[in-house]
Amino acid sequence: MKYLDEYRDPEVARRYVEAIRRAVTRPWTLMEVCGGQTHAIVRHGLDRLLPQEVTLLHGPGCPVCVTPIGQIDQAVYLAGLPEVILCSFGDMLRVPGSGTDLLGARAAGGDVRVVYSPLDALTLARAHPERQVVFFAVGFETTAPANALAVALARRQGVKNFSLLVSHVLVPPALEALLSSPRNRVQGFLAAGHVCTIMGYREYQPLACRYRVPIVVTGFEPLDLLQGILMCLHQLEEGRFEVENQYSRSVSAAGNLQARELLEEIFEVVPRRWRGLGEIPGSGLGLRAGWRDFDARHRFGLVESVGEEPGECRAGEVLSGVLRPPDCPAFGTRCTPESPLGAPMVSGEGACAAYHRYRRLEEAT
Amino acid sequence: MNPDFSLNCPLPVEGDLVRLAHGGGGRAMQGLLERTFFPAFGGPPPGLRHDASVLELGGARLAFTTDSYVVRPYFFPGGDIGSLAVHGTVNDLAMAGARPLYLSCGFILEEGLPLEDLRRIVASMAAAAAQAGVEVVTGDTKVVDRGKGDGIYLNTAGVGLVEPGIRWHPGRVQPGDAVLVSGDLGRHGMAIMACREGLEFETRLESDSAPLWGLVEALIRAGVEIRCLRDLTRGGLTSALVEIAEAAGVRITLEEGAIPVLEEVRGACELLGLDPMAVANEGRLVAFVAPGDATRALEIMLGDPLGQGAARIGQVQAGPAAGVAIRTRLGTLRPVDMLNGEQLPRIC
Repeated sequence: MKYLDEYRDPEVARRYVEAIRRAVTRPWTLMEVCGGQTHAIVRHGLDRLLPQEVTLLHGPGCPVCVTPIGQIDQAVYLAGLPEVILCSFGDMLRVPGSGTDLLGARAAGGDVRVVYSPLDALTLARAHPERQVVFFAVGFETTAPANALAVALARRQGVKNFSLLVSHVLVPPALEALLSSPRNRVQGFLAAGHVCTIMGYREYQPLACRYRVPIVVTGFEPLDLLQGILMCLHQLEEGRFEVENQYSRSVSAAGNLQARELLEEIFEVVPRRWRGLGEIPGSGLGLRAGWRDFDARHRFGLVESVGEEPGECRAGEVLSGVLRPPDCPAFGTRCTPESPLGAPMVSGEGACAAYHRYRRLEEAT
Repeated sequence: MNPDFSLNCPLPVEGDLVRLAHGGGGRAMQGLLERTFFPAFGGPPPGLRHDASVLELGGARLAFTTDSYVVRPYFFPGGDIGSLAVHGTVNDLAMAGARPLYLSCGFILEEGLPLEDLRRIVASMAAAAAQAGVEVVTGDTKVVDRGKGDGIYLNTAGVGLVEPGIRWHPGRVQPGDAVLVSGDLGRHGMAIMACREGLEFETRLESDSAPLWGLVEALIRAGVEIRCLRDLTRGGLTSALVEIAEAAGVRITLEEGAIPVLEEVRGACELLGLDPMAVANEGRLVAFVAPGDATRALEIMLGDPLGQGAARIGQVQAGPAAGVAIRTRLGTLRPVDMLNGEQLPRIC
């Protein structure tokens, strides 16, 4: 398939792996930020092709995984209201809250629908003026513009029965939290290509400088990832710490200006709790005061609850690269995709799910 | 009843309500069978579990099966709920090596269903039955209140006569066997998905729904040593292979580059984040055949109108752990596991 097969070519991959082997002279620990990258790495077995000096840690870039339990509980609560149609991306449905998950809310009679876009939720709102349509707006900078657009369109079209339950998170503050932790082992980052498609990469330059860590904006196909790893290793071996762009077919330094303007107009930066990681200052987006009418928390008078994390889930350690999923005592036994203890085992971008799906047989033997 | 059931059923199915995943052909449904249905009705040992039961009656060996159809929408590109209800059930019989003979049909209709739609569906069933060489010999009709059904649900049961000497089941799969599929994967699921409310995308894809007995009969007539056949419905190739590998206690290794998927299906799957190997089909089978017969079996499939696009995709190996693995184009090996539920519910 065009624009896909080119980036999965086995022969080119082999040449990159050889170049990586030649480049490395000592152990290095890299982190790929985005869960989509984690899945591609594990699915294609890229980590298996790397020399043993290179360790890949899996980062916090799984929006489903880091959505705090209190907000899942709010979504479950909203789904239980008779007037509400709760719309969500499919991955959110099986993430456990402190009681049930959204699938459980649906089985109990709630109207929970999977959509592929917030604009589909807006269409639903227009088609059902007698109902309240709430879109569970999770995600990083990548998904935020579409949610901003949905709200802007709702106001322009006079749609009164549409609102967002906003749980947006931002990448740079999370990287800063990881880097400033005394437990940090990460020496170089593969930054998330799709986040940077929106935001550009200038905001990563102060981080690279302050923490003396190379950051390479990287794509999601096998060759993207291998090239990003190689670029990062070159910097480490040469003692450089710059922001470089591997994913130039999609990312520019300034990002998507139109999308950023829309974000700026509708959202403001707020403190945000991350599941497993706790509160990180300035790491979330919330609707600005002028758009409060479209804030589900305001409309339904929701109170932020902290929510109890299940004691056994060590998602925080997994999300910060301290614990490898198969090294968790609950992995594959008390915690499985059918009966997850925490979100990283559920989400299509969760590291635990990636290992369970692609590595279970060999980890078991 | 299998005495082992008492060992693994102390826990209730997760949660206390039925969820859509329980009907999805994946792990959740297996759990429902093992914890709820088999303890009540008794169930065959895993190696003998199959799409149809084979019953010895007065010297004859009959295959018997039933299936319900709740596909939404009930008209879809390449078929409708009526033709699907014939194909699904005759294919389950064919997988047991049985010539499909008779079907029953139960209609559950929703008040307000346009009679014209019902007539079209019934005509489509009749045409599909004639093509598959079966007769619909008994039936039932119920009507439920408006809002209590989705237009129309169908149930068909079928009986067929098992060909002499044939005993195909997962327990017969052995190390060395070749794994073949009869055509490209995922067309039915993606054709349905493309016309679902809220997911519409433009495509010329049509469902692969078709009766497979003709293809199976050709393999039997040629004397191909078949160990086991399975038609690929919910859960796609992945679910079928994982079930068989676990039941037979073997390792199945696939070659990623050999698995046939249309470009259009691949593209749509990439876009929606789906795995084509786990997307439903309604006119495809996977065959486990003796290694020496693999080439001949593939030639027969490719020579049959229903086997266009057939391919040899992998091989059976001895343990250590039972399961399915795939060799990627990059040469790495990764396991393949079935999903918990269906990627998209109500596909058949």
